[in-house]
Amino acid sequence: MAREGSSTVVGVRRGLVSRVLVYGTLIVIAITFLMPLVWMFATSLKTAGEASRSTFSLLPTPPSAAVTNAVKNYSDVWNDPTVRFPLYLRNTLIIASLSVIGMTLSSAIVAFGFARLEWRGKKALFAFVLATMMIPFPVVMGPMFLLFSEIGWIGSLKPLWVPAFFANAFNVFMLRQFFMGIPKELDEAARIDGCSSWGIFWRIIVPLSKPALAVVALFHFVFVWNDFLGPLIFLNHQDQFTLALGLQLYQSKAGQTPWNLLMSASTLVIAPVLVVFLLAQGALVKSVATTGIKG
Amino acid sequence: MSHSRAQLKKDLLGWLWVSPWVIGFLAFLAIPMGMSLYYSFTDYPLLESPVWIGMGNWKRMLSDEVFHAAILRTAWYAILFIPIATAMALVIAALLNEKVKAGGFFQAAVFIPTLVPMAGSAMIWLWMLNGEYGLINQAIHAAFGWAGIEGPNWLQNANWAMPSILMISLWSIGQMVVVYLAALKEVPDELLEAGALDGMGPVRRFFNITLPMISPVILFNIITLMIGSLQVFAIPYVLSAATPGNDPRAMYFFTSSMYDNAFRYNQMGYASAQAWLQLLITLGLTAIMFAASKKLVHYRA
Repeated sequence: MAREGSSTVVGVRRGLVSRVLVYGTLIVIAITFLMPLVWMFATSLKTAGEASRSTFSLLPTPPSAAVTNAVKNYSDVWNDPTVRFPLYLRNTLIIASLSVIGMTLSSAIVAFGFARLEWRGKKALFAFVLATMMIPFPVVMGPMFLLFSEIGWIGSLKPLWVPAFFANAFNVFMLRQFFMGIPKELDEAARIDGCSSWGIFWRIIVPLSKPALAVVALFHFVFVWNDFLGPLIFLNHQDQFTLALGLQLYQSKAGQTPWNLLMSASTLVIAPVLVVFLLAQGALVKSVATTGIKG
Repeated sequence: MSHSRAQLKKDLLGWLWVSPWVIGFLAFLAIPMGMSLYYSFTDYPLLESPVWIGMGNWKRMLSDEVFHAAILRTAWYAILFIPIATAMALVIAALLNEKVKAGGFFQAAVFIPTLVPMAGSAMIWLWMLNGEYGLINQAIHAAFGWAGIEGPNWLQNANWAMPSILMISLWSIGQMVVVYLAALKEVPDELLEAGALDGMGPVRRFFNITLPMISPVILFNIITLMIGSLQVFAIPYVLSAATPGNDPRAMYFFTSSMYDNAFRYNQMGYASAQAWLQLLITLGLTAIMFAASKKLVHYRA
């Protein structure tokens, strides 16, 4: 305790040194984490020859060529005759929109049953729902493929969006937390006014939970956009590929794909999720923080 | 009488609301799991019906050296990745917790890579780790080239496959950073101040006060990382397909073996036995972690 009050000047200087250290480290960390994306984008602005050069430079020479290079690279990727990105974008959007709707709606319904209704077996079933989160997807992927081919779904996009209409343990968990924070008196007032449980859900809970529902929708969108193993197993024809699969196909197609074009294709696939993130940054980060802690 | 009928009605209504999950659980989890348990005791080459062979697949796993190597590689991956990722995420979260300006920017910088699709991530790192033109080796050359130290040919060299995959995995620890930062913010200031008054330096305060306070969150994240590590598949799959010169076994993991047996070699029985082994290992390790953590993890009353 005596040391604390000895010299304020030393204290201030020590504070300054530690501030500089904290900021210096954080800046290095930020550059390290962002550099791969910056490098990807920078490569997409170069010619094939410039990309394969072992001296470091972010921009092409002259830098003004970046725009013309970009236009050429991105249109080359977009119009590739064998790897058809416009088609893969369409497939991805179909799967994403259907499964985002299904996942958000079904998870909200199930979460309502757990958060707002009293029934026997509720606690035990909820614990069971949480326990199923541990089951690895690879354990069921083989039989799921067989079941889907049995009912003729292999060859369609159905295996990738129909299951989304049957909720998901993690989203149920998250929405239940949120619903439980809404005052119960609202339900009772509505019930006295003659509202059914569906009415309470649709007219009270859903409108009050828009931020939480938006987070579930966004996370599921990102999940669908990024999913690799699901499409790899369930899609057996190139015409049905998603962007994630198409990107791999583009890389592995005959002849060596030049780096500048591969990075343009990667940028095209990655950019939409990053835009979604920038639009919804606050809500996404906050929900990761709260679900991670309470889990 | 009417009381119990009202109760029954309530029960039915509750189960009706949660029925989407129950139906989905039966259709997409319980039934497939039951099927794969049955297949694990059969020889099932897909084009013909499964034939019961008892413990045949399980015995085969004992002598399958490719599979042993894949399990060992997965174990090494988990043993290396979990502590490094946890330590890195904690350090970054602790730095962000120092009431920095522009904290939102730094947090976003670390979080953004977690949104990149694995296929995209694999492409970016295929380029970053390229032996001739990759940025990583350019940086190594710039820093150590004068001493004659040059970067390896990461993805073409079996010895550097594991460090490459670890590096790529560490790139997306951002979600954990966000979770740890939120946990750190919940540690009461009074406790830390009391520690300072007792003469504890910042390092001792971190280990004696902060770490025990957030230990439940750390346990949860370590278990999540463990479950994920056992399933690692997409990035090594794409990278080994993209580097034909490489020894394909250098990037062969537990799930790679399951995928190949099920979908390339049409050996659904053997793949199912491997799948159930993965499930049993996952459940066993989770149970051990919970038991072992009883003394280490501090739950607030």
